[in-house]
Amino acid sequence: MKSLSSANRSRRFFWVYSLSCLLFTMASGSAQAYTVYVSSEKDNNITVIDGESLKVLHTVPVGERPRGIALSKDGKTLYVCTSDADHIEALDIETLKVTHTLPSGPDPELLTLGPKGKFLYVANEDDNMVTVVDTETRQKVTEIQVGVEPEGMGISPDGKWLVNTSETTNMAHFINLETLEVEGNVLVDQRPRVAQFSKDGKQVWVSSEIGGTVSVIDMASRKIIKKIKFKIPGMHKEVIQPVGIRISDDGKMAFVALGPAARVAVIDTASLEVEKYLLVGQRVWNLAFSPDEKRMFTTNGVSNDVSVIDVDRLKVKKSIQVGRLPWGVVVRP
Amino acid sequence: MSKSEQRDKNKRFCQCSISLLLFLGGLLTCGSAISANLEIPIALLGQEEAEHIPLSLLQPVIDNSGEAGAEQGISDNNTTGRFTGQSFEFTALKIKPEESVAQVFSKLHAQGTRLFLVNLPAEKLLELADMPQAKDSLLFNIGARDDELRTRSCRSNLLHTIPSRAMLADALAQYLAWKRWNEWFLVVGRHPKDKAFAEAIKRAAKRFGHKIVKEKAWTFEPGARRTDSGHTREQQEVNAFTQVGDYDILIVADEEDEFGEFLSYRTYLPRPVGGTQGLSPAAWSAVHEQWGATQFQRRFREKQGRWMTDRDYSAWLAVRTIGEAATRTASNQADKLKQYILSPEFNLAAFKGRPVTYRDWNGQLRQPLLITSPNIMISVSPQQGFLHQHSTLDTLGYDRPESSCNTLNSD
Repeated sequence: MKSLSSANRSRRFFWVYSLSCLLFTMASGSAQAYTVYVSSEKDNNITVIDGESLKVLHTVPVGERPRGIALSKDGKTLYVCTSDADHIEALDIETLKVTHTLPSGPDPELLTLGPKGKFLYVANEDDNMVTVVDTETRQKVTEIQVGVEPEGMGISPDGKWLVNTSETTNMAHFINLETLEVEGNVLVDQRPRVAQFSKDGKQVWVSSEIGGTVSVIDMASRKIIKKIKFKIPGMHKEVIQPVGIRISDDGKMAFVALGPAARVAVIDTASLEVEKYLLVGQRVWNLAFSPDEKRMFTTNGVSNDVSVIDVDRLKVKKSIQVGRLPWGVVVRP
Repeated sequence: MSKSEQRDKNKRFCQCSISLLLFLGGLLTCGSAISANLEIPIALLGQEEAEHIPLSLLQPVIDNSGEAGAEQGISDNNTTGRFTGQSFEFTALKIKPEESVAQVFSKLHAQGTRLFLVNLPAEKLLELADMPQAKDSLLFNIGARDDELRTRSCRSNLLHTIPSRAMLADALAQYLAWKRWNEWFLVVGRHPKDKAFAEAIKRAAKRFGHKIVKEKAWTFEPGARRTDSGHTREQQEVNAFTQVGDYDILIVADEEDEFGEFLSYRTYLPRPVGGTQGLSPAAWSAVHEQWGATQFQRRFREKQGRWMTDRDYSAWLAVRTIGEAATRTASNQADKLKQYILSPEFNLAAFKGRPVTYRDWNGQLRQPLLITSPNIMISVSPQQGFLHQHSTLDTLGYDRPESSCNTLNSD
């Protein structure tokens, strides 16, 4: 397995550099076109960004306080948790109009789509439930009782498990998606925000915003293999607050957004050590890869922008101004 | 038994305890496998008080401040307890004027309660903490703001979740330093509490480079709180009373809510009012909605039909502190919980954007404090730029070198 050691990195850098020069000369038309969608909690809108030119294409008004967003499997609909409107809005990607709403229970914050795209799983902080919504019949199917203030939701690649985190109970709840029962709980550090599976489904990573750690949980044993800690010179540990997590498709690199520390940590998944901290905008929460995983987009709540990270060079290349308090981000191929 | 045998025995005992702890820890991670139930009784001791009618008609009369917050904490703890096999039981008692605090405490202690929330004045709180039975108990002060309890009269079995007056005054002074509103006109009420708050304000002024340019005592008799045509009088009184030299902000010390609300918009010069009314420092407020507080507020309001007070929040913090320590240590023993609470491992998420922890020298919970106006949050202290070698939260209140307490973790 290739590690992120500096020798490897410079070698990789050389290849990437030559390759990107080549790609550049091959003209832009051939490159993969993709679009980035960003929700802005304060401005009640979705900013649509062209992934190649990094230009803002549209700003689409939606309901009150849009936070978590997810793309349907066919890429035709963007589901938006409009928290203060107490429902989920379905935004048609083609027309950029809200076509219908889905029931969600009060104050939906974060949602995730099941492996087949039929069911949406929504965290309802107010009543300690995970709500399951059928996107076809547009009905609430069931609710699953979890800990206090459910938040993060990760679905295993095989679609069998939903890991939900509860912010005040400080647990990752393992929900069997066949029986819809909680079959296990792992205690993690304070205020767990995000659960993210590795591509091979062997691990689930859980970020603890107030605890300041990321717990790497082994799925087979349901034990914490390691609690990743973060250290940034000159910065007090209280402001290092991990939230968003993304693991690369090849499973080698993980990125963790560190909130008010205004950094994204790059982690070597083999050693589970932090390799680098990338300076991004203020209060960075959520992350999304481009389809080719050459770029990463971050939502920076306080500086009202999106940072674009060059994943091969591990450099921040640009920031894009979006609506106020950007929150969620997804990329559509 | 020889000494070495004794040592071996101790060692074996330690090993056993460690493996037991590991075993319990293991159980925690398996969740559904848990069957053993650990009961954790918590009691709240308060006293019967005359009904307080707020000056503002908008404010409700509250008779369960503290208790309601504790109930929310118990409910949160029990949700976690479902997964960890712990159940938290709650008793709230209000001591009648003719009853002795010690007797009520002894009764609860004899029934097995070792974890107490105390909503009593400082002298009664210390009376409890000094009782022989209280040695194996842990007390959380959710009511007394006295700085004395944090600087000289500390007790090894006493923690404070309610902020001290010094913390509140420092939080306000830092914000006013950021604003450069440096010249203060201090107006002090007639109660010892008001004078204590004024002392904290004076200390804060000195610490953060402000100047008290004028100080006056408010001496008007309060009278009835609900009156017809009351405003005509207050308009005259305040206008005349505030004819002093120039200043940037009027700071009022009126903890009993007797006159502070009358001052805003009635001062002789057009100046803002802060302190116990107006621009107020607080641990909690209805106007707080950041860092997930909205959901927390909503849960409380649905249940109680009113907003959460400072005292409710302090009670919730105490119960959640116990819950968090019980979850991590798998214990209900006061000494074990205290040891964990004061250790560097302890931290608690409390809707303040950063972890809250306890000062190991005087048992005070360190936390960000809100700077509020009646309808909206203005700021949160500590302010940027006020630095500290350990935690910027220790720029609020008495820091380690300023407190003669250092015995908290020694026994």
